[in-house]
Amino acid sequence: MKILVSVKRVVDFNVKVRVKPDGTGVDLGNVKMAMNPFCEIAVEEGVRLKEQGIADEVVVVSIGPKACQEQIRTAMALGADRGIQIETDQELDSLAVAKLLAKVVEEEQPGLVILGKQSIDSDNNQTGQMLGALTGMPQGTFASEVNLVEGKVEVTREVDGGLQTLSLNLPAIVTTDLRLNEPRYASLPNFMKAKRKPLDTKSPADFGVDISPRLKTLKVEPPAERQAGIIVGSVDELVEKLKNEAKVI
Amino acid sequence: MRILVIAEHDNVTLKGATLNTVTAAAQLGDDVDLLVVGDNCGGAAEAAAKISGVSKVLVADNAAYSHKLAENLGSLVTELASGYSHVLAPATSTGKNFMPRVAAALDVAQISDIIAVESADTFKRPIYAGNAIATVQSSDSVKVITVRTTGFDAAATDGSAAVESLDKVTDAGISAFVKEELAQSDRPELTSAKVIVSGGRGMGNGENFSMLEQVADKLGAAVGASRAAVDAGFVPNDMQVGQTGKIVAPELYIAVGISGAIQHLAGMKDSKVIVAINKDEEAPIFQVADYGLVADLFDAVPELERQL
Repeated sequence: MKILVSVKRVVDFNVKVRVKPDGTGVDLGNVKMAMNPFCEIAVEEGVRLKEQGIADEVVVVSIGPKACQEQIRTAMALGADRGIQIETDQELDSLAVAKLLAKVVEEEQPGLVILGKQSIDSDNNQTGQMLGALTGMPQGTFASEVNLVEGKVEVTREVDGGLQTLSLNLPAIVTTDLRLNEPRYASLPNFMKAKRKPLDTKSPADFGVDISPRLKTLKVEPPAERQAGIIVGSVDELVEKLKNEAKVI
Repeated sequence: MRILVIAEHDNVTLKGATLNTVTAAAQLGDDVDLLVVGDNCGGAAEAAAKISGVSKVLVADNAAYSHKLAENLGSLVTELASGYSHVLAPATSTGKNFMPRVAAALDVAQISDIIAVESADTFKRPIYAGNAIATVQSSDSVKVITVRTTGFDAAATDGSAAVESLDKVTDAGISAFVKEELAQSDRPELTSAKVIVSGGRGMGNGENFSMLEQVADKLGAAVGASRAAVDAGFVPNDMQVGQTGKIVAPELYIAVGISGAIQHLAGMKDSKVIVAINKDEEAPIFQVADYGLVADLFDAVPELERQL
């Protein structure tokens, strides 16, 4: 079985982003970029399925500027076999990303597509589900466990209030939650090896997909600042303040 | 403007998130229909009819909808959506699951997690873990929207809408329910609790969360956790508050042994009153706390419990 994994280049999760003074977006000049953490979990899951002999090939795809080849190389250093980059400098809606991925699915015919449940920049949580609708595939979102059983995939999902397990026909879509696995670190020799793995570059036009945005960002502003309060000296004082000043208990 | 809201419920009762979503819908127009999809969901439908501002309750009651499979729910809502200018659902794990399928099937973008309605096509939503607020405008014919419930007040429940049954059944037959393990708790749910007591990595292990449970029980509170505590295996993920967990805004949020990473703050900084208990006085949580107590939590928490 072939597994397709998509990865996104985003601001490193440790960076506290700043809104540009002109309100057009966040300042991404000179900030550290990295693979979206949920995408890293997706790559790890694909590689583990290959190591277990369930998958025979892991293909990684990323859509974005030339620099996202770095994240494809990282995924290949983690164990993916080959990469596809769809190059565009335009910021894409999740719908456009899902349409491009649907074309890749059509070409590659994977048995399983694994994606991160959301990217930590746009926080949309849409692409995997949209890809499901566009390809007619079932989905197991927010996965904390993935098992292939008798020609189907069983996905345990993190839902409000607990866990839900579904059985999906293949091919299927899985989006990762944080407890699915703990991604490994790529070693330096594996980074060197990854440089020699095949990486195909394409453009949205090659797939004939209309990527014009449906959503226009009119303004980006910082959130309302919360003022720090006071430090209390004791539990007594804390309880007194909560009762008499804040009146919340 | 005709607006369709998809209700969040467990067949028997309606979840509070529905009420906040109706408020968001009412800001778009006054013709709001509410869709209750479930299996033996008469109880939820009855409660839905009482929500003020709802013109009509549509009920799709069928075994195909018993576990809210995204494929089945998604195609039903897609079929119904054509008569509406806006389709809204709360950004719960159910709403997040099926709504993007609706959007893609309609060939429109989804606007996730809105916190404010600026106009019929313009909305505010947090990005970058809430470190920025984007104002976005949609040019699509149907606006598919998930609503961050903490951004809107709950609608009143003194209405009496007409209830209409739908006999349409969409069963894709490509996914099946196997089992579920839902946490059994007498405490309120995190997203609707008025008070939340949360623990972080500083709790040391899962057993120590029983200290927080004792405080919570005295306050009628829910118990939450930071991602660090979940990652460390102390508690299950459904307790996680933060960017990738639950977004909460209770009257009182007590953060115990939580340093205050931006991903955690993203999930709780809209709480009315924040209390932080941490032995590290440099912890960033103190920058958002109304009341900070620099103390060893193993002394302070039992003491707090005694005084409540």
